Amino acid sequence: MYIPVIGLEVHAQLLTKSKMFCSCSTDHENAPPNTLVCPVCMGMPGVLPVVNKKAVELVIRTALALNCEISGFSKFDRKNYFYPDLPKGYQISQYDLPLAKGGYVEFEVDGEIKRVRLKRIHLEEDTGKLLHMGEGDRLAEAEYSLVDLNRCGIPLMELVTEPDIRSAKEARLFLQELRTILRYLEVSSGDMEKGSLRCDANISIMTEDGVFGTRTEIKNVNSFYSLEKALEYEIERQINLLKEGKEVIQETRHWDEKKQITVTLRGKEEAEDYRYFPEPDIPPLIIPKELLEEIKKTIPPLPLQRKLYLQKNYSLTSKEAEIITSEKELCDFFDKCLELYKNVKNLSNWITVELMSYLNDQKLNFKDLKIEPKDFVRIIEMVDKNEITRPVGKEILRKYLDTNESPEKIVEREGLKTVSDLEFLKDVVKKVIDGNEKAVSDYMKGKKNVINFLVGQVMKETKGRASLDLVKSLLEEELDKMK
Amino acid sequence: MGELNSIKEIHDLYRKKEITIREVVDYFLKKIKKFDPLVHAFLKVDEDYINREIERVEKLDLNDKYPLYGIPIAIKDNILTKDLTTTCASKILENFIPPYDAEVIRRLKEKGAIIIGKTNLDEFAMGSSTENSAFGPTRNPWDLERVPGGSSGGSAVAVAVGESLLSLGSDTGGSIRQPASFTGVLGLKPTYGLVSRYGLVAFASSLDQIGPFARKVEDLAIILQSIAGYDPKDSTSSPNPIPNYLELLGKSIKGWKIGVPKEMWEKGVSEEVLNVLKESLNILERDLGAKLIEISLPSMEYALPTYYLIATSEASSNLARYDGIHYGYRNKEQKDLISLYKVSRGEGFGSEVKRRIILGTYALSAGYYDAYYLKAAKVRTIIRKEFESAFKNVDIIISPTSPILPFKLGEKIEDPLQMYLCDIMTIPVNLAGIPAISVPAGFKDNLPVGLQFMGPFFSEDKLLQISYAFQKIVDFSEKYPNLEMR
Repeated sequence: MYIPVIGLEVHAQLLTKSKMFCSCSTDHENAPPNTLVCPVCMGMPGVLPVVNKKAVELVIRTALALNCEISGFSKFDRKNYFYPDLPKGYQISQYDLPLAKGGYVEFEVDGEIKRVRLKRIHLEEDTGKLLHMGEGDRLAEAEYSLVDLNRCGIPLMELVTEPDIRSAKEARLFLQELRTILRYLEVSSGDMEKGSLRCDANISIMTEDGVFGTRTEIKNVNSFYSLEKALEYEIERQINLLKEGKEVIQETRHWDEKKQITVTLRGKEEAEDYRYFPEPDIPPLIIPKELLEEIKKTIPPLPLQRKLYLQKNYSLTSKEAEIITSEKELCDFFDKCLELYKNVKNLSNWITVELMSYLNDQKLNFKDLKIEPKDFVRIIEMVDKNEITRPVGKEILRKYLDTNESPEKIVEREGLKTVSDLEFLKDVVKKVIDGNEKAVSDYMKGKKNVINFLVGQVMKETKGRASLDLVKSLLEEELDKMK
Repeated sequence: MGELNSIKEIHDLYRKKEITIREVVDYFLKKIKKFDPLVHAFLKVDEDYINREIERVEKLDLNDKYPLYGIPIAIKDNILTKDLTTTCASKILENFIPPYDAEVIRRLKEKGAIIIGKTNLDEFAMGSSTENSAFGPTRNPWDLERVPGGSSGGSAVAVAVGESLLSLGSDTGGSIRQPASFTGVLGLKPTYGLVSRYGLVAFASSLDQIGPFARKVEDLAIILQSIAGYDPKDSTSSPNPIPNYLELLGKSIKGWKIGVPKEMWEKGVSEEVLNVLKESLNILERDLGAKLIEISLPSMEYALPTYYLIATSEASSNLARYDGIHYGYRNKEQKDLISLYKVSRGEGFGSEVKRRIILGTYALSAGYYDAYYLKAAKVRTIIRKEFESAFKNVDIIISPTSPILPFKLGEKIEDPLQMYLCDIMTIPVNLAGIPAISVPAGFKDNLPVGLQFMGPFFSEDKLLQISYAFQKIVDFSEKYPNLEMR
């Protein structure tokens, strides 16, 4: 047997306003290089770190939500190594007394609930960024390299899992769930493409029950997709080695995004000795019980919990519930709409179909939208009451999301109310029948489907403002007369 | 005009309008010009900077808000001064101009002091003789063939010679007290956490502490008052309220119990030093009414190895930032990263600094950590506890500051272990984190001998009280080395 055994190390940048040990802003996305820096995060001589309390609280928040054990006594340590993106020559991290130990993440895999245990969660500081100039994208190959310290010192939470993951897909689903959780907790933006969520994977193959194989570590995985792909590749590579009777070498491997393969980065012998020791500039952290209680009160229900609730209480399908709980803001929005509107199925349909198609087209997240439950519900109700047709409803929703003008006003201004004037509609129907001789004769010959084409023509003439059913029956009535 | 020996004398002259700030500064600058070619206490005296300092202070008034109004103070060159080079006496920081002031500098300026210049030290404060300076040694003004102690040798000599009225040093294992002893001035190492370390170039973060040199105990109290107290930028600084350090000066110490640890008075202390200090013990007992009580601090013999493991471990990490990448010395010939690191650091650091970085790196390495660093940390706790329990029975503990008289330049530089032994009396204090003061106690063959008072945590007021009482009887504050003859 060949069972993959996978553990992940996840780094998440925390959503604090200021950096881990100084007051510099963390808003580095569009900042010019080396503008969000001060003597502290640049590692100038004489500077001292001051712990960002908010960062500690965010880790505790995460740890409580993931059922971890929080250490009442924790400390920072120095991890020593030389690299140009690390101006102090050491990273302030946590070694033997992390803020939290244990805990787990639960998520769904093919309808089953899977639990992955956590080893620990600790707090550390991010490094700067290097920009390599000339050929190649690594320091050794570059003509010269530039250092940007804007990111240096941003609080970073590291979560380490137990090797509980058994497939590449499970790894991806775990990471996606974790991202959603971190977003629910408002602890991290979780954007992998922006580097605020990063992941290294440890993988080995179990050939006998309980016997772990030699593991490799994969770095440079920058998206959910590449995590799955890199693991799939590595699983296959290791299994092939074992099948050929060869050994897996313990090493760190680099995921080559272009070639879609993993390559050796460094072997075990080259592994660094980080010479951890307690950070003498920061006294130990004492976490009072009252603080834990206080934070506990503010922790919202997690996505899986809410998803199961939606399925159970509102009979939503798994797919619908998954979409609605994909963002906390969306799920909250759904709940608020439900206070105003009782048809759950219909509401879910409008959200998972119409609203989602807008978000996909615009490449937006729900939380980026300006949308009021009462306006959204008002549009659905107008459709329900036949004040407008469903196609018009969709159009109004889009216009509303674009402009934030009230749905009623849009209907009013653009004259989109459903046409209920029978005489007018009959005129349009007659006009369409007169103008589409070919279609009419096809219909007469028994091609009943042609009616849909004619309905479309009427809708076009009325700018979609007519009820489909009404138009259809008027058309049939008129065509029958012609027989 | 005679010598300017104290803040009070200078302030009296200011009040009577008999002297201006510029005249006071010129008086000291003249001494620097005259004596510094002999003693080399200063690494930087920048007249433009000083002129700006004078102009800044001239706008203030002499009142209680400015207890250091118009008072020149020299700063050890490992304390950051904005716009004024801070080199740590190292080639690796030779042209480093700090972008900010250390917290102590900010406070001194706020109290009206004038930064007169930057003083010499052993490179990165690593040494006991100020011979390990990349820019040449400082000499002892009482005998130019001898060392002034270290690492704050420049700051001690500046005050001893009268080139500056006051100065700041830093003390990791005795770097204020030992040179104070060797040069015949007062030097105070405050309780760890009393004075902000923000802007002090770190040598061993858990041991480093900034402290003052002065000629008179009263001045030591005034400067300590100005720099002590909580700083939110230093997480290890104490939030305790600061007492008035002048309040106890002049009060009797009659009946105080003074602990005399036998381990610090027997083995390894030279006859010359013992002879001078035995008279000091007599003065305390006979003239000041204190009770001498023999005590034992059995773990003192482990202090030196403990210190050299903890201090070097921390130093190996603290000095990693001098890598030639972001600032400081870089060898520009190198074509790859590892060579750039190796050659820049190899050429930038002096041999004692490299020795300690290697020692510390070794002590922290995988497989050695438990046997060295961790064990040292445990012994450190034992030493601290020994002091704590000793202070349950005595008010103050007393010892020689240095076991020997100032030695000759070159005498110990080739033998690091002999050099390290110079700090055997002062190191336990840093390991425990308690405060201590070195007070001039007398002379032997025209070489100064210092007495060390050690007190419990945050007992600076009491240390100043006993030092003041002692100086009333044994006062060398107006005695200057005779450099005029040369």
